[in-house]
Amino acid sequence: MKAPMLAVKDLRVAYGGIQAVKGIDFEVGTGETVCLIGANGAGKTSTLKALARMLPASGSILYRGGDISHCPPHALIGQGLTLVPEGRGVFARLSVEENLDMGAYHRAAAADIADDLARVYQLLPRLKERRTQLAGTLSGGEQQMLALGRALMARPQLLLLDEPSMGLAPLMVRKVFEVVHSIAEQGVSILLVEQNARLALTVSARGYVMESGLITLADRADRLLGDSRVRQAYLGGE
Amino acid sequence: MKPLANLLPHPLPPAAAYGGAALAALALAAVPFVLGMNFGNSWVRIVDFALLYAMLALGLNIVVGFAGLLDLGYIAFYAVGAYLYALLASPQFGLHWPLWAILPLGATCAAAFGVLLGAPTLRLRGDYLAIVTLGFGEIIRIFLNNLNAPVNITNGPQGIANIDSMSVAGHALEKPLVVFGFPIPSLYLFYYLFLALAVLTMFICIRLEDSRIGRAWVAIREDEIAAKACGINTRNIKLLAFAMGASFGGVAGGLFAGFQQFVSPESFGLLESIMVLCMVVLGGMGHIPGVVLGALLLAILPEALRYAARPAQMWLFGRMLLDPEALRMLLFGGALIAVMLFRPAGLWPSAVRRREFAASGNGT
Repeated sequence: MKAPMLAVKDLRVAYGGIQAVKGIDFEVGTGETVCLIGANGAGKTSTLKALARMLPASGSILYRGGDISHCPPHALIGQGLTLVPEGRGVFARLSVEENLDMGAYHRAAAADIADDLARVYQLLPRLKERRTQLAGTLSGGEQQMLALGRALMARPQLLLLDEPSMGLAPLMVRKVFEVVHSIAEQGVSILLVEQNARLALTVSARGYVMESGLITLADRADRLLGDSRVRQAYLGGE
Repeated sequence: MKPLANLLPHPLPPAAAYGGAALAALALAAVPFVLGMNFGNSWVRIVDFALLYAMLALGLNIVVGFAGLLDLGYIAFYAVGAYLYALLASPQFGLHWPLWAILPLGATCAAAFGVLLGAPTLRLRGDYLAIVTLGFGEIIRIFLNNLNAPVNITNGPQGIANIDSMSVAGHALEKPLVVFGFPIPSLYLFYYLFLALAVLTMFICIRLEDSRIGRAWVAIREDEIAAKACGINTRNIKLLAFAMGASFGGVAGGLFAGFQQFVSPESFGLLESIMVLCMVVLGGMGHIPGVVLGALLLAILPEALRYAARPAQMWLFGRMLLDPEALRMLLFGGALIAVMLFRPAGLWPSAVRRREFAASGNGT
């Protein structure tokens, strides 16, 4: 494994008295795609939100060697760490293009932004067709594509993806994962949180299995795909 | 001239835009003369108040329309501005500060109160925020009502009277201004002052909407988590919305105090807050020209109904069946319901809102 892009140690998240994440360690290497799989309520989204500094958490979060556990959430995007929130979170009453522009909100250079917009449209031609349409009127899959495109406008180095397959038709899920895969091929590190374990493991190099706030398994993705416990619990295994 | 052009459906060539603006200015300048000569000066006074309401509605529109934060206590900022003027320019403390000093101070002071309201409510949205802001509005009013003991500051429920009138360029607006031997009545002078400030407010709002801050407000309104993920400092931007909105309210309040020359807590009740909110919603939330239209209509319509109720009944029934005062609120309520049923996006919504409501109407 290359030098870690993200190294998390003893991360804990609590809502009131309830511990959602009970001290987990994991790493994402530079240019690596890693997934965090597990059932509903395992603490995956809480983990991701804690990394994006949207939930108070304890433990250390080293991002590119620096501790970001006291960094305000809005400052992360400038350092190349971008979250694609659960449930897409597009700006429904803005047009597709305005949504993409918001992704580059923290950047000043207009020429670079225009370049990036062209690149996003090349990767996601459907968005270009619908650029003047309101984001709220797009289909679920298109909204997910838009959320990914908006994140790319920030020129991320580490992308945190929260359940990109949620609520999508199977065909659309596959398309979304193709896009995720091509983003990874451009060298962006990705931490993917998913319930669709099979697809998540196919696009990832490594995976972590989370169960009620703890990481119970960590291995290479192909080994996890073959692991009998994973097959039984998450892959509807035989 | 980009902001002006934005108000129009098609961008006009500069000559036409300037020509149109000159015509509009001439028409607006003629309004008090036309009204005053045909319907009497009480109508000029109504229009003066309507312009104050337009400023209030534009301020509230920043909070409710742009940033999507429901504020039911907005009139408190109007009260802050009004009482500040009353205390600094009246025999109450023997202070007689000039208008140009009080208005910016009123804006700043109201903005500070805006932050005071915003800071503890940052995590609240929708109904919960509405309840807290409602409480805030009432707290301010009750404070003003009770700050006559142990030390008398506000005179309590009696209010502050004999407030100085406003002076602009050395001329007290309470006296007619004689131009080439032709006297311009005091009410007309207030109209011009309020019109100038309302236009300025509108201009600032249009520029804000187009700015980075405006885009951040809209992003927060649409999805706060996504806005944070886009690198928006949601805390500061929300506080800024409260502060900016409040500062317009503070300026309008100062003008109100100098115009009425009397303030008392009962001018700043919950009904006033709701009235301003109605102006914003009915006109077209988030759409500046719509909000101004809503303010002017809602400020003028109840008065028009008051004047129309008697002759209409005499004509219909030959005698007075209902007290005009009761009838006017009934008709007013009916008009509100009708507008919301038939134009749910408001009377003059932005193109985006219109499309959205049209789409949901088709069941898509």
